[in-house]
Amino acid sequence: MSEADAAAAGLDARRIDLRIDGRLIVDGVDCTVAAGTFSALIGPNGAGKSTLLRVLAAVDRPEAGTVHFGPDDLFALGRRQRARLVGFVEQDSGTELSLSVREVVALGRIPHQGFFGDATAEDHGVIESALDAADVRALAERDVTTLSGGERQRVLLARALAQQPTLLVLDEPSNHLDIAAQLAVLGLLRSLASSGVTVLAALHDLNLASAYCDHVIVLRDGVVFAAGPTAEIITPRLVRAVYGVRATVLEHPQTGRPMVAFGPLD
Amino acid sequence: MSRATRSILLGVALAALLLVSVTFAITIGPANITPVDVWGSVLHHLGLGHSPLSLLRDGIVWQLRLPRVLTAAAVGAGLALSGAVMQALTRNPLADPYLLGLSSGASLGAVAVLLLGVAILLPLAAFLGALLALGLTLLLASSLGRITPSRTVLAGIAVSSLAAAVTSLVIFWTVTGDSYREILGWLLGSLAGARWPAVGIGFAAILIAGLPIMLSGRILDAFAFGDTAAASLGINVPGARWTMLAATALLTGAMVSVSGSIGFVGLILPHAVRLLVGPRHRPLLPLSAIVGAIFLIWADTAARSLFDPRELPVGIVTAIIGAPVFALLLTRRRSAT
Repeated sequence: MSEADAAAAGLDARRIDLRIDGRLIVDGVDCTVAAGTFSALIGPNGAGKSTLLRVLAAVDRPEAGTVHFGPDDLFALGRRQRARLVGFVEQDSGTELSLSVREVVALGRIPHQGFFGDATAEDHGVIESALDAADVRALAERDVTTLSGGERQRVLLARALAQQPTLLVLDEPSNHLDIAAQLAVLGLLRSLASSGVTVLAALHDLNLASAYCDHVIVLRDGVVFAAGPTAEIITPRLVRAVYGVRATVLEHPQTGRPMVAFGPLD
Repeated sequence: MSRATRSILLGVALAALLLVSVTFAITIGPANITPVDVWGSVLHHLGLGHSPLSLLRDGIVWQLRLPRVLTAAAVGAGLALSGAVMQALTRNPLADPYLLGLSSGASLGAVAVLLLGVAILLPLAAFLGALLALGLTLLLASSLGRITPSRTVLAGIAVSSLAAAVTSLVIFWTVTGDSYREILGWLLGSLAGARWPAVGIGFAAILIAGLPIMLSGRILDAFAFGDTAAASLGINVPGARWTMLAATALLTGAMVSVSGSIGFVGLILPHAVRLLVGPRHRPLLPLSAIVGAIFLIWADTAARSLFDPRELPVGIVTAIIGAPVFALLLTRRRSAT
């Protein structure tokens, strides 16, 4: 396989099983995310989205199944090598340490540095561009424990970007953010995908998924209920089947992308 | 000035202060010894020149005060380092070597061999006691489900209390007369008996366990946002955690074996150093060690000279200083959250 083909292959997970406390949370999941695209993982609470994402980001090893990214079996790679390939942004993660924002972003360089390695000029360059990309340069000297939820989310995104990942996995990156911050984060993910990064994010808001994502993977009760191009997947039937909610799908008056209007519960 | 440059300058300044502290702490007390005498005696014993002191006063410097001050330095450094590592690994700023049962386990091991009359095994027993307590703590924490920082802390409290109770029982059952006072002094933390073997144990532990810990600052930094974040940064989370905890157990066990359990050094000093250089571990760990050494040298000097000729266990001095500082930390923390 040439390098271009390998890159085009993107993320490819097969037959993933994972149990937590004896309960099967992820049950034989197959899913793919094409390289350089932005996919949303949607589904009701408790569907197993977070658990699946941790496997796809190669943080947790599944009981069965494989996760490939391009030509690489993610679980066969060395930890550091994997961390240079895959970035993961958790939901609601925080710290007690009064690190500055720049120091937090610098953590993303750890997989690129030797045990004794000090930050090189290249590291500093990457850190500065990550600060710019996530639009947190103005916060660079701030103490991370004093930031608002939205600011912190962008800082953690910048940390992941400093890893220079080609696969970026995010668990509800727009959670707790105000609408402008949500649009800013998703817009950034969109542009990362355009620049070649493969992006997969769990999202709750179907309208955000519709507006920004190329593909959607729908998870329900630990199995993939549907997957495909956003406009084909987000339909009134699917919303009804997965969430038990009546919905109408409209065309967005400005962007022409699908837009979901929910009806009242029966 | 960048934080990095500041840390290096501060490190050099503190190292100088440590050297000065060692020198001056030795001069304090009866026998009128000057800093020049101290260095004269040290150089003489290193084979350079003649001691400016009489045989008796030279003995006070070389046989008593120097080993005691060096032991204080090693113990202070070791405890501060252990505390900083515990705080990082449990993500709990109020963690210290006592927290996971390390100190009480080490004390139990030490008291047990003291009473069996095999004092030569003391360091080993203290280390094994610390390791056993740590193992029990982690076993208990994992039996509650996935090992989390708060479960680990709760399990540590249970194991600490148990070890302390067994220690008390052993003492109550077996100790009579004078040895009661001796054991009690040791449990409260004392460097009165520290001679060259104690220096050897202390510095060996710093070399074997402390040095590798000090070089692992980047790994501890990766834990700032928790285990998952550390794993996604390419850290072997279980491996790093167990290695660090075992090294901390070794360090704490060695220190308890030469000094008894001295509280608050591991809890307070890393916080003080964080105020100076920030929370990144690469500067924090070595500077905590140096500040811990300086602090315990002076705490022990106070313990032996304040009420001269009576001596206080140094653990009482560190508690008298540490408890109010700890209270201050708690209130600061409350206002921050």
